[in-house]
Formats: sequence, C-alpha cells, structure tokens
Amino acid sequence: MPSPSTAGAVSNRTPKRDYLSAGYTVRSWLLTTDHKRIAILYLLSITLFFVIGGLAATVVRLDLMTPQADLVETETFNKLFTAHGVIMVFFFLIPSIPAVLGNFIVPLMLGARDLAFPRLNLLSWYVYVLGGLFTVYALLAGGVDTGWTFYAPYSSTYSNTYVMATAVGIFITGFSSILTGLNFIVTIHKMRAPGLTWFRLPLFIWSIYATSIIMVLGTPVLAISLFLVGMERLLGIGIFDPRLGGDPILFQHLFWFYSHPAVYIMILPSMGVVSEIIPCFCRKRPFGYSFIGFSSFAIAVFSFLVWGHHLFVSGQSIYAGMVFSILSYLVAIPSAVKVFNWTASLHKGSISFETPMLYALGFVGLFTMGGLTGLFVAALAVDVHVHDTYFIVAHFHYIMVGGAVMGYLGGIHFWWPKMTGRLYPEGWARFSAILIFVGFNLTFFPQYILGYLGMPRRYHVYPEEFQVLNVMSSAGASILGLGYFFPLTYLIWSLMYGKIASPNPWRAAGLEWQTTSPPPTDNFAETPVVVDEAYDYQHIDGVSPAGGAT
Amino acid sequence: MRIETAPRAPSPLAHHFDDIQQQHEAGELGMWLFLCTEIMFFGGLFLAYTIYRTQDEAAFAAASHELDLFWGTVNTAVLLTSSLTMALAAHAAESFQRKQLLALLAATMVLGCVFIGIKGMEYHHKYIHGLMPLMGLPFEWHGASSGHAEMFFDLYFLMTGVHALHMLIGLGVLLALLVKANRGGLQGDFAAPVRITGLYWHFVDIVWVFLFPLLYLIGAR
Amino acid sequence: MPHKPADVRVYGIVFVALLLLLALTVATAEHDLGRWNFGVAAVIAAVKAFLIALYFMHVRDSTPLIKLVVAAGLLWLCILFSLSLADYWTRAWL
Repeated sequence: MPSPSTAGAVSNRTPKRDYLSAGYTVRSWLLTTDHKRIAILYLLSITLFFVIGGLAATVVRLDLMTPQADLVETETFNKLFTAHGVIMVFFFLIPSIPAVLGNFIVPLMLGARDLAFPRLNLLSWYVYVLGGLFTVYALLAGGVDTGWTFYAPYSSTYSNTYVMATAVGIFITGFSSILTGLNFIVTIHKMRAPGLTWFRLPLFIWSIYATSIIMVLGTPVLAISLFLVGMERLLGIGIFDPRLGGDPILFQHLFWFYSHPAVYIMILPSMGVVSEIIPCFCRKRPFGYSFIGFSSFAIAVFSFLVWGHHLFVSGQSIYAGMVFSILSYLVAIPSAVKVFNWTASLHKGSISFETPMLYALGFVGLFTMGGLTGLFVAALAVDVHVHDTYFIVAHFHYIMVGGAVMGYLGGIHFWWPKMTGRLYPEGWARFSAILIFVGFNLTFFPQYILGYLGMPRRYHVYPEEFQVLNVMSSAGASILGLGYFFPLTYLIWSLMYGKIASPNPWRAAGLEWQTTSPPPTDNFAETPVVVDEAYDYQHIDGVSPAGGAT
Repeated sequence: MRIETAPRAPSPLAHHFDDIQQQHEAGELGMWLFLCTEIMFFGGLFLAYTIYRTQDEAAFAAASHELDLFWGTVNTAVLLTSSLTMALAAHAAESFQRKQLLALLAATMVLGCVFIGIKGMEYHHKYIHGLMPLMGLPFEWHGASSGHAEMFFDLYFLMTGVHALHMLIGLGVLLALLVKANRGGLQGDFAAPVRITGLYWHFVDIVWVFLFPLLYLIGAR
Repeated sequence: MPHKPADVRVYGIVFVALLLLLALTVATAEHDLGRWNFGVAAVIAAVKAFLIALYFMHVRDSTPLIKLVVAAGLLWLCILFSLSLADYWTRAWL
C-alpha cells in the first residue's frame, strides 16, 4: 500500500540542483526553455483563466436561480455564457493536461532531457498568453455574445459585439495547441530512452500522442473557420452569405470538424492520467494494456468522423445525418473499452483511496454517465428533442467537468510531489475531492432533467415550473466552487509548509519517479535504460507470482 | 560522446539531442507535421471552393475567364523555378558551396518577389474593372448569376491572398537565411534550416499548383 | 538528410517535366473537352504535386514515418471533403 514516504528527504535537500532552484530571476523563468518551468508557467496561466471562466458561470447560475431576468441584462447574460464557454474551452480545457502535465511529465516518462523543440515550447506559451490577452481585451471592452460556437450569419454579419477580437484571440491560441502537439509527436517518436519500446510506454504517453494527432490535424480547420468569419466581418467576403449562394451551415461543418475532435483533446489526456493512477493505487498492471493504448488511437481517428452530429437539426442532409449518427455510435466503442479495462484493473487489486485515486474513480463513474448520454443524443430522433436544451449542457459538463477536470485534478495531485518536491495535505485533499464530486452532481444532474423536460440552453428566462431544478443546480454550483477553492489554497500552502517529498512517494512505476522530486534541470543524472515492462508493480512491491527475479 | 577542447567550436548539436542524426530527423518530422496543419488550413478553403463550384459551374467558368491566363501561367512557371532554386540551395548548403548558396537563396527570393509583384498587378487590374467585391467596393458583373460570380471572386481573393501571405512569410524566412549564409553559416551539418525552409517553400508551391487550374482553368477558354 | 551530387541532375529533369506539364495543362484548357477538362487538369496538378513532393521534398528517400505523416495529412483532407460533401451532395435527394 503506497503511502507518501519522506525517506530520502535529507538527500533531496543537500544538492540544490533541482529545476526550481536553477535560477530565481524573473528572466530565468520568462526566457526558460526547460519544459518543467514552461509547464509551471502554463499552470499559473490556465488557473487564472479557470477562475475567470468560473466567475462568468457563477453570475450565470446566480441569475438562473429565478425565472426572470433580474440579475443582469439579457445582452450581458449572453456575453457571460459566451465568455464562460470561450474561456473554459480554449483557455482552460484544451491546454490543461497537455500543456501542464504533458509538458512536465512527457520528457521524464521518456527518459529524455527535454522535449524535441524547447524554444518552440516557450513560444507556445507566449502565443497562448497573446491569444489570452486578445480575448481578455474583448471581454473587458464589451464582450461577445455569439456563444462559444460563433455560428454564422450572426457572428459574420449581424452581431455588433467584439467578435473579431475574440476570434483573433482564439486563432492565435490555436497555434499554441498546434506547437504543443507537434512537439509531443516528435519527442515521442525520436527521443525515447534506450529499451523504451512502444509497448513499454506508459499509457499516459499513448493518450498524449493521440491527443497530439487531434491537435495537429484539427486545430487548423478551426483556424480557417474563424478566419472566414473574420474576413466576412472585415472585408465583406461573403463565404457564408446566402445572397451569393453561400451557406451558413458550411461554417458549422468547418467549426465542428475541429470542435468535435477538440472534446477528445479535452478528455484523452484525462484518460491517460486515470490509466496511470489506477494501476498505481491497485498495485497491479492495467488490464488490457494494448487495448487501452490502441483505443486512444481509435478515439483520435474516429473523433474526426462524427462532427455532423452537431448539425442534426441545422439543415444538414438527412442522409449525412444518418451516416454521422452511426459513426457517433462507433466512436463510443473505444471509450467503452477503456472503461471496462479500468474496471477490470481493479479486480483483485490492492486498492487504496488516496486523493488521486478518488479523482480517478470519480472520473470513471462520471465519464461513463456523460458518455452514455452521448449515445442518447447520437440517435437522430432523440436529438431533435434535446438539441439546444439543458440535456446537452449536462451531457458535456459530465464529461468536461466530471471527466476532464477531475482527471486534471487527479493528475495534479498525483504528480504534485514530483513537480514541487512537496506533499499536499492528504486529509484536506480527500475532503475536497468528495466535496467536488457532490457539488458537481448536484449542479449537473438536475440539468439532465431540465433539458429533457424542455428547458432550452442559453436562455435568460424560463418557465416557473423549472425553478426548483435550477435552484438545485445553482446550489450545487456553489458547493462545486467551494470545492475548487480548497485545492487552490492547500496546494499553494504545501509549497511552503508541505512535507518534503521523496523521489517516489507513491512507489509508482514510470521513469519520472526514478529521478529526484523535484527533478534536476536535465531530468536525469544519466539517461536511463529500460529493461522492464511497463507497470511492473509486482516487481516494485517485491511480490512475485513465480520466482520473481528481476 | 562529446570531446571537450579548450576553445569550443560551435556545435550543430543541441544539448537535448543525443546525436546529429536524431536532431535532423526531429526537425524534418516537425516541419512535415506543420505542413499537415497547412494542408488542413488550406483544405477548408478548397472545400468551400468545391461546394460552391459544384453548385454553379457555369457561373464559376464565366468568372474564371476574367482572370488573365497569361500572367497566371507565368506566375506558375515562376514559382516552379523558385522551387528548383530552393532545392539547389539546400544542396549547395549541404555541400559547403557558400557562393552558390547565396546566389540560389537570392534567386529564390527574387522569383518569389516577382510572383508577388505579378499578383499585385492582377489584383490592381481586378480593382480597376470592378471585380474586387471586398470592403463594399462595387462588383460589376454583366452576365448571369452575379451572386455566384461574386462568390468566385471572393474565393479567388481569399485563396490567392492566403497563399500570398504564406509566400511573404516564406520570403521573410529566406531573408533571414540569406543573412545567416552571408555570415558563413548554414554549411554542412548546419544546413538543416535551409532544408526545412525548403520543405515549407515547396509546399507553398504545391498549393499554387492546385490553385492555378482551379481558378484559371475552369471550363475551356 | 544530406544528398548526393546526382540529385542535381534529378532536380533538373523534374523541373523540365514540371514545365512541360504546365504547358500541357494550359493547352488542354484551350480545348472544350466538357467534363474532362476538370479531370485532366486535376490529374496534371496531382502529378506535378507528386513530383515536387517526391523529388524536391525528398519524400521518395524519406523514412517510412515521413511517408506515413504525408499520407495521414492527405487522408485527413479526404475525410474533411468526403463527409462534408456527403451533406451537400445529398441534400437534394429528399
């Protein structure tokens, strides 16, 4: 049973050669090419955006406690849910695990000294910040009210809000995504340690690789869709203008070609995190390693074949709708494979419930619920009724928040000792995880019911009979918000007062745990050579089934 | 294995790579992945073109005949030649032929500028003849389906404009390479930037290879 | 990947081929072949693109990984086209 170990604390303190003490100036941070420091820079930025996006949602949920429009003007309400969506999708969820945990952990897991292109990595952060500044400017100058989906012709012709500035901000940030994905793919291909064959790689690497494929091949289509909206606004080039034979639905095709795979950018890394946490806290290798690995690729490829399910009621051909519906059922299969394999991994495991495991188990349950409701709406006939209702809102929040965010928090907690050299307070962390789980379900389960009963999304006012469920949802949101506040606090607290962490407090498998906590700038004193299979927990625990020599 | 001597000569090998082969392969793979993003970026424009052309081929053909086939052909030849000079430049860099490298990089840049110049001339011609339906300028079309004809010109300016933007970025990078080559860099093992820039340049050429027939050669003339 | 001197001749041959194909595609456009005008122009463009990719961009003597990346890029473009056109080209059916 793994417990945070402080043995080796003394040897961690003596040589101050870790990446955090390699320079204390602002310059050494802002001009760093060390992937670990860049990961920390991203951690700070995306946390800031998470708070801003969360504040927008807070105002929305407060206003929705009453059926009337009484907290803010309707125009402001529209700008708030747009801001929430734009910020949470593009500035929090998409970068989160890849840019923070991926950047920090991937080279360590591969036994490499850095990513393939360290300077491009730093550039990706600056690009992200620049895009963020454009978007914050748009927010402060007056906001945008198109929804995060920017549908034409409202976005291209009729909206008189800050569409251009926001679109430019997202366009720029897209490059950050592309550079990150590009860096990971090249690193994983070219910089694995000797002996680290593809089937000895941690499953987190498989997930990050699959995510990177989506980032590289999907993001450019988002770029062109926003570019075309911008051109229509700026130059009057009417690609989506029906008067010239243009089609607004073309925008939707281009937008969702990216934005559907984008949701897999948001969930695949979380799945990778769960694939690392569950074996560690069950003390056995994951069930069906290669199936879990291949399913990551299958998800990445299939994710590009289903975008039309967002266009079921838009005017898309019914035949195309049927094709997209069938394909949407198929894309669920590899995700289901993962869920079955994680569950099977628990069987006969030596399970313990440290905070990362609480988040991982929460992920499995909530992702399953969200995923199943995805199957409901993949049916054309059902979607006609629930499209643009709170059912959809609940569906994607179960996956994005119940899944992706919990996976992110699980990963942050799991790798916190490695990143900072400190242990977080386990009691507070477990309490927060449970609070978040409760708050989350109270917020979003009522929304399934609301949507099914017919409450449309993005509406400022609603019929009286929906108020009780709305109040429940808003109450849940307050608990969820409180739940998020705790990790923010105790994690910062742990930097100064947390117990010093040993190199491998969880006694986990993986090369990242074979170096100090925190690691030195060049990651390893010597490039490791890999001889063991992945997740060799029986070996690590000294439990051998049949004469377990090395 | 690195052997340290007292005054260290600049090494082409970055510290996080194990050997130069790994570094070169990484650079090449990275640029090809970036070119895949460009395929998808331009792909969106080509998709829009395909959809709208198949809706009214006749209008597109009529609009296409307003473009100057002679200058379009010249421009295509110019770009193909610039690809040749770029490929030769990469070869010169690897073979330590500094003078040839400088000449070929300069030639590539000149040809690129000629392309941009001719494009500018074509744009100006369209502007004068009321065939530039941008920013509220009048679109003077005296045939049928003026809406679809206007869509053709919207696509023409979009696609060639985005292409030209990529050319300008390429020219900027080539200028930087020229400066570096002038100082004696980019030779032998340091030639990777020239090769990698070449990949980008050839890709931009390939985009034009498709743009030319799609915009200038619709239907018989 | 450093290349051998023989490459220079290959570049020249490919260049001449490209110019010839350019002349061919312009000449074809001057004749009315109906639907075939597009087909011929598309094929010629594709051949030119392949020549540039294989020889100027050295895909021909690249690693299998690079070839896979190129194929993937083209495949994804096909996905974008085929499923989008599956909408546009079947709208009239109902």
